[in-house]
Amino acid sequence: MAIATADRARPHVSLDWPAALKDAGVTALLAAALGIFIVGFRTVDRGVAGLQFDYQVVDVVVACVVIFFGRLALTAAAGGQPVPALLIGAGLLAAAQGLKLPSDFLTVVTSLIGVALVLRGLWSWLRRSEAGARIVADASEQFGTVTRQAFPWLGAGLLAFAVVLPFLPFADQKVMDLGILILTYVMLGWGLNIVVGLAGLLDLGYVAFYAVGAYAYAILATQHGWSFWAALPAAGILAAMFGVLLGFPVLRLRGDYLAIVTLGFGEIVRIVLLNWVDLTEGPAGIGNIPSAQILGHPFTPNAPEGKTPFHEWLGLEFSANHRLIFLYFIILVLALITNAVTVRLRRLPIGRAWEALREDEVACQALGINPTNTKLTAFAMGAMFAGFAGTFFAAKQRFISPESFVFIESAIILSIVVLGGMGSQMGVVLAAILLIGLPEWFRDLGQYRMLAFGLAMVLIMVFKPKGLVAHRDPTIHLHPPNGRRP
Amino acid sequence: MEYFLQQLINAVTLGAIYGLIAIGYTMVYGIIGMINFAHGDIFMVGSFIALIGFIICVMLGIGWVPLAILLVLLLAMAFTAVYGWAVERLAYRPLRGSFRLAPLISAIGMSIVLQNFVQLSQGARPKPNKEVITGAIQLYEANGFAVNLSYIQIIIVIVTLVLMTGFTLLITRTALGRQQRACEQDMKMASLLGVDVNRTVSLTFVMGAALAAVAGMMFLLYYGLTDFFVGFLAGIKAFTAAVLGGIGSLPGAMLGGLLIGLIEVFWAGYFSSEYKDVAAFSVLVLVLIFRPTGLLGKPEIEKV
Amino acid sequence: MNQPLIQVDHLTMRFGGLVAVDDVSFAASHRQITAIIGPNGAGKTTVFNCITGFYRPTVGRLALHHDGREYLLERMAGHHIAGRARVARTFQNIRLFPGMSVLENLLVAQHNRLMLASGYTFLGIFGAASYRHAEARALDKARAWLDRIGLTPHADRQAGELPYGLQRRLEIARAMCTDPLLLCLDEPAAGLNPRESAELNQLLVSVRETERIGVLLIEHDMSVVMAISDHIIVLDYGRKIADGTPAQVRADPAVIRAYLGEVEEGEASHG
Repeated sequence: MAIATADRARPHVSLDWPAALKDAGVTALLAAALGIFIVGFRTVDRGVAGLQFDYQVVDVVVACVVIFFGRLALTAAAGGQPVPALLIGAGLLAAAQGLKLPSDFLTVVTSLIGVALVLRGLWSWLRRSEAGARIVADASEQFGTVTRQAFPWLGAGLLAFAVVLPFLPFADQKVMDLGILILTYVMLGWGLNIVVGLAGLLDLGYVAFYAVGAYAYAILATQHGWSFWAALPAAGILAAMFGVLLGFPVLRLRGDYLAIVTLGFGEIVRIVLLNWVDLTEGPAGIGNIPSAQILGHPFTPNAPEGKTPFHEWLGLEFSANHRLIFLYFIILVLALITNAVTVRLRRLPIGRAWEALREDEVACQALGINPTNTKLTAFAMGAMFAGFAGTFFAAKQRFISPESFVFIESAIILSIVVLGGMGSQMGVVLAAILLIGLPEWFRDLGQYRMLAFGLAMVLIMVFKPKGLVAHRDPTIHLHPPNGRRP
Repeated sequence: MEYFLQQLINAVTLGAIYGLIAIGYTMVYGIIGMINFAHGDIFMVGSFIALIGFIICVMLGIGWVPLAILLVLLLAMAFTAVYGWAVERLAYRPLRGSFRLAPLISAIGMSIVLQNFVQLSQGARPKPNKEVITGAIQLYEANGFAVNLSYIQIIIVIVTLVLMTGFTLLITRTALGRQQRACEQDMKMASLLGVDVNRTVSLTFVMGAALAAVAGMMFLLYYGLTDFFVGFLAGIKAFTAAVLGGIGSLPGAMLGGLLIGLIEVFWAGYFSSEYKDVAAFSVLVLVLIFRPTGLLGKPEIEKV
Repeated sequence: MNQPLIQVDHLTMRFGGLVAVDDVSFAASHRQITAIIGPNGAGKTTVFNCITGFYRPTVGRLALHHDGREYLLERMAGHHIAGRARVARTFQNIRLFPGMSVLENLLVAQHNRLMLASGYTFLGIFGAASYRHAEARALDKARAWLDRIGLTPHADRQAGELPYGLQRRLEIARAMCTDPLLLCLDEPAAGLNPRESAELNQLLVSVRETERIGVLLIEHDMSVVMAISDHIIVLDYGRKIADGTPAQVRADPAVIRAYLGEVEEGEASHG
């Protein structure tokens, strides 16, 4: 009786311990089956002797033990028993810190699992009592409204920070590089958001348009002497034309077929770049690409004849950072333009048609909307912004090769859009900071970065398929919420 | 002529490998209507487990080649099947009924996970395997050009044919096959009629993975090496094969595999090997545009 | 007006070996509600899908007339049927844009006109006055329909959140926002309670009266059909078995047979 009244919030499932143990055991066994060969027997090339093993069986055993306890704790927490979860979580955390586990990777992962289990245990402990459940519900509701209200402010704050960043004392070369990198991905994310988030077309070959923009500038600049500013629109238009060219035949296809075909296109573009040596110099890539100049003033210590370097022009001390700051502002402005255009387009018929298409293509057709043309414009728009970003990339790196335009780049940009919440501009920014910024800061994560990436994609889809920012504001209101224009 | 014949033999061998992978795509697509993007990487894992298996055989002193191949084949199939099961359980099952693109995105994530998992634990460099089967039958020689049919090629084609026949029987004759086809038609109805849908879908992934493991082993034997990235291209080509043959159709997958093998080998042999992948992708695009149901697929009527 | 709004001649639709619609001919007029009825699987929705361009008929001529022009629907792309021939439809299993607001649903329906006014986006992006006027007019039209179906208070809600009955009405309003000449409704009363069903009847009758358009209606609910139809076509196993006023159809022995099953001495009609 006492249980029944105390637990209206979450009914107690009495935990069947033998079953839970068995379940955890099976999970650990499966993990062992997964890990024993691939992890346990590391193949090492020993020259004449051929491949030999470097045994890491202990790692596998440790991992399986961790998984056994982790699974047990999760089952317990789900069954309304927070104490075992808390104990096991704390135990794993202590073991990871106290014992010497066979690899740093295991130490980190075990600690993370420990922390997660403690949190999970606390969560189910809170929800056990009615009062606790209410606190949780209230808190999450309040958190929701607060974040929603804070959103415009967060955007303004981030923008202000982005503008002043180069002038802050800690903004050295490393910070500026990171800033440029994040902004590039923000721009690419915004561009792809038009295609994936608004129009609902899963494009797995987005990086191809980025490549087209980069190579267009590289070739125009190194072989025909075009300046960055002249090449920028040309490269964008060229990329958009590619978008139309590639999109036209395939946009009638269903979602997942379209995804595979765009992936194929991305690979075709890369293979062509690799093999059309006359134009692209193949795998060697194009080097010595001129950087962007401001009113014809280069960012070099000494200018070629007839030109004044930027620092002399303004009477400053020469600093390599000037070029970075300048590039930073270029990409900031380009990204903001992308955002402004997208926000504007969303409120126009074309943008509404994109979203309608994402929601229901059949209904669109029944309303007289030409699905192919509508998709094509989204594709071309997205491609154009990728082309701009590509031009910028070439001007910043001053060297490009097909290496930079592999499928994984498309996947990264896509995961930024998906993690952010498809269609959400703010979400793209947050996701880019999270996915690009964090790994760069924690260099140690380096080699595990892509692993974490893939896991994040799966976990987001499983637990939060709508992304970080799932909220969508209508593009027009009949009853404006706080007295904005009708 | 001799050159042509040799290319034909090579193409059929390659086509058999693609066909085996394609079956996995086609079965999964048939039953849950999604592209198992990670399937190519399952194939890659299969090739690694086979590689490790062969090294273990050498260490244990199993010298008789047929026995070694059989053991490694079983080992690879069994352990790769666990991967197939785990991928479905972790990345796809929780997403049944989620929005349309969710499983595909999660599949891409899974593919990245598998690639990097193998790269981290086995290293990034290609792993050469000691030649297990050597020798060939010289069919004939003319104009100084010998047409060879290697034992590996014979084994690959025979194993493929046997597995193909076995699977067709499994799908058409057994209760499992019936349940699978029922799930393909209508998952909800099938579950109402007492078909354990989760189990059926899991088994589909397990079978697909086991076949991919066979393909992985053959790939290893045929090319003599593997690395963590082989699944990407092979996966896309096998998917192309599945689409070309008509997704959802087992004979279609085989036929498609064969055609992709032919296209790739002959394109490389007569035009340029640099652009052989472009040829395969172009075929994918053309098929999807002009005959999206593939060669042996049933036309799909969209319900409105 | 002697010429019917839409004239369907010898419409046949085969899927592989299955003949879903078999040589069906009928006509529907302006300012009339024409109902297509028949047992399940009689081919009603297939007829709709042929008219609205989702299926390409195997055989047949579907001619829509207005302003002295003739539109041959079987030759037109799906979106042109809605855009140029001005045939609008709703779906058996409601197809709104569930993630968009109610108001946005109604604006998307006016896409083609707004697109033109926005100069295919080029003028719109710079906020041209002509576009702003067009958008204001579109909003007025949306508002009028919202009032008419009683959804004004819900205008900013997500369409997918609305209760079922309101979704049905919204879908009809959305179809009406395309300014159709022929409105095709696929089981609009399905899943409605008697009160909602009665409201729907009123709405359809008022649409016929005020908008002066033709309505083509598939419906199972005989109370709806008999109450508001001017003209009824009965299909059974893909063939037309009766065509006439509600009174005529009600008395038709073939119809009674199709609905009540074979009478003992009745010959087996179809395979």
